[in-house]
Amino acid sequence: MSALAAPPAGATAPKPSPSRRRPGSGIRRGEGAAGWLFTLPVILILAVFLLVPVLMALWVSFSDWNGRGSPLSSGVHFVGLQNYAATTTGGGLAERNFGLALRNNAWYVVFVVPLQTALSLFLAVLVSRQVLRGRGFFRTAYYFPSVTSSVAITVLWLFLFSASGVVNAIIAWFGGNGPNWFSDPRGLWAVVAGWFGMTTPPAWLTQGDFLGVSPWEWIQGPSIAMSAFILMAVFTTSGTFMLVFMAAIQNIDPALAEAGMIDGANGWQRFWRITLPQLRPALFTVLTLGLIGCWQVFDAIYTGTQGDPGKTTLTPAYLSYQASFNDNQWGIGAAIAFILFVIIIVFTLFQRWVLRDRPVSQRRIRAYQPKAARQNGATR
Amino acid sequence: MTRHTARVATGAGAIAVVAALALTGCGSGFSSDNSSKGASDLTSSNKPLTVMIGSSGDAETKAVTDAVDAWSKKSGVKASVIAATDLQQQLSQGFAAGSPPDLFYQSSDQLAAFAGNGSLKAYGDDLKNKSDFYPSLVKTFTYDGKFYCAPKDFSTLQLVINTDLWQKAGLTDDDVPSTWDQLAADAKKLTSGKTKGLVFNGEYARLGVFMAQAGGRLVSEDGKTAEANSDANVTALNYVKQHLNDGTFAFAKDVGAGWGGEALGKQLGAMTIEGNWITGAMSADYPDVKYKVVQLPAGPSARGTLQFTNCWGMAADSPNQKAALDLVEYLTTSDQQLAFSKAFGPMPSVESAASTWKSDNAALVPFLTGVAYAQSVPTNAGASDVVNDFNSQLATLKTSDPKTILDSVQKNLEAVVK
Repeated sequence: MSALAAPPAGATAPKPSPSRRRPGSGIRRGEGAAGWLFTLPVILILAVFLLVPVLMALWVSFSDWNGRGSPLSSGVHFVGLQNYAATTTGGGLAERNFGLALRNNAWYVVFVVPLQTALSLFLAVLVSRQVLRGRGFFRTAYYFPSVTSSVAITVLWLFLFSASGVVNAIIAWFGGNGPNWFSDPRGLWAVVAGWFGMTTPPAWLTQGDFLGVSPWEWIQGPSIAMSAFILMAVFTTSGTFMLVFMAAIQNIDPALAEAGMIDGANGWQRFWRITLPQLRPALFTVLTLGLIGCWQVFDAIYTGTQGDPGKTTLTPAYLSYQASFNDNQWGIGAAIAFILFVIIIVFTLFQRWVLRDRPVSQRRIRAYQPKAARQNGATR
Repeated sequence: MTRHTARVATGAGAIAVVAALALTGCGSGFSSDNSSKGASDLTSSNKPLTVMIGSSGDAETKAVTDAVDAWSKKSGVKASVIAATDLQQQLSQGFAAGSPPDLFYQSSDQLAAFAGNGSLKAYGDDLKNKSDFYPSLVKTFTYDGKFYCAPKDFSTLQLVINTDLWQKAGLTDDDVPSTWDQLAADAKKLTSGKTKGLVFNGEYARLGVFMAQAGGRLVSEDGKTAEANSDANVTALNYVKQHLNDGTFAFAKDVGAGWGGEALGKQLGAMTIEGNWITGAMSADYPDVKYKVVQLPAGPSARGTLQFTNCWGMAADSPNQKAALDLVEYLTTSDQQLAFSKAFGPMPSVESAASTWKSDNAALVPFLTGVAYAQSVPTNAGASDVVNDFNSQLATLKTSDPKTILDSVQKNLEAVVK
């Protein structure tokens, strides 16, 4: 949760240096060396456990290393972009697997990120209310799934969503007939289309493909199995993010809300016009962490379905593991990992751009002005 | 700004030095000489042996540990058994680090990958009891003309029937199916309420028996051509699809069971297609369910089934291969394999154990009979990935076109079979 401590924009503005003395002279002489000395242990640890492995993985993604001995030994050759090409073009199984993994994970992100953000914000607002009795209990209860091991939660989920499990029993109470969650490869939208009598896709949707996956497969949404994982992710992560929002809400000056009340704003308006705008840094943190976490989903897949049914829960992170350890295609596994890295960076930058600080537009300003002022503005 | 550049230079220098140190450190650990040695040129030293197994449970771990300890006492070489939690991953780690276990369970579908990158030692021709192994198993573990490793044991698939449900449906011993039509008729009679006639896993490792019975296979017998979309395979999948749709056959997952044995135990299926491992699960989890094993029916072509096997893989980097070979010979003797069979149920991979095994396991004889006509699963490098993809498509066999599925499998197989 170190991201909580992220300074607000503008805090990094250069300050005038107190002393303009030349370095290496006077009382500050040798301070640079001492600084390096003190940071050396961390630099060493980061280099050995972070930088070197990343660089080695990058090298593997450009090499024909076959998993035996060191990737840096003489028998390993540079093969250029061959591994990346096999993953993204070529029409082979590697390309289709990667396409399916991207499809599954993209739908996972589309559902999980907004849902978990909205739910965690909602919970944070609820448990931050002064009037709520037993706030401590609710905070703990909502936070509990986040501190439970994800393997344990996955196993619990496998039980809850089994064909004759609790969830289907509850659906049966309401007269419904629950699906066989973790072995149902049908896409959500395909199921909905089926309700309206569309059982086979129109021909134009099965023509052509992107990354070996046809348009129909791209748009049919997360499978029923993946939907269960989506619910699980929302359930487990919203407690963590609730904490982020709670901290941010407590930082808001109550005087602002009081000022709003004096101006006659009701609770709904105060939330949208006073609280939410001030939560922007927290929102950015939650969206970024959520996005990164969603694109890296691995543990639930590994313990749960291992990509089944019908490869609809395959994710790039799991595919990278599978390609490396089970299929001995280490180059392709590393290449997938780096493509995933680029995807995450691009999405984070995009979201940073969307949430950037903008000057308030005329249209938005009007909503904050009292009626009289608005009329004045119009006649001016 | 001199201070800044100096800082950058020092930083870059520090990182470079650290990286260099770390890399050389790793390098010295990795680099052992990879010089190729002749077939009978085994390393020898007084180092202790490590045996890594992918165990099915405590019974298996204990049986293997006891056997290895007994050998250790006899030979004077120290040896320890490690039960891996994820064998494939732990082996890959060992090979990459240059310190793999000396002996380990090696599955047939990964043989080509590990033999191809030189991780495995081909010691098959050095075995004293080489001629005792079933020829089809020896062929499974032969890659690039070399017999790599001694088959540990094997299993085949046959039809397992719930005898209570069988009698309740008015069926007798004469009704044991010997053709596809009879199998379908029996399944129809056995289907009632929640119980389906025949329930099995929706994967190639079960549906492959129908392909074999129709005379088809995924990869030709010599392992050089892909023949996934043959007419025989289309016939087989059409037969299964037809009966999935009329409700007499079902995939285990579709009735809410993890595998065929669970479906049989919970009476979700009256018949299933499984291997000899089912006996342990039935006696442990469903002791009240009575069942019997019969041969699978013959299809349009002949009887057919699949066989699965593991071998005792030996690492090329092992420092004490001579002792490891001696241990393998000890573990694959007829007596030792019969002891393993008693402890956790696999079938001995040597022909000399067959008659004793048959008299000890009278009810399971059909499994051993199957060895005469059993097919091995494809062992080409990359084939397991293709089979995974095939399995993912079989999940929706009910609604998809068998020919389309097999055409895509054919395309993927052609890329890996050369």
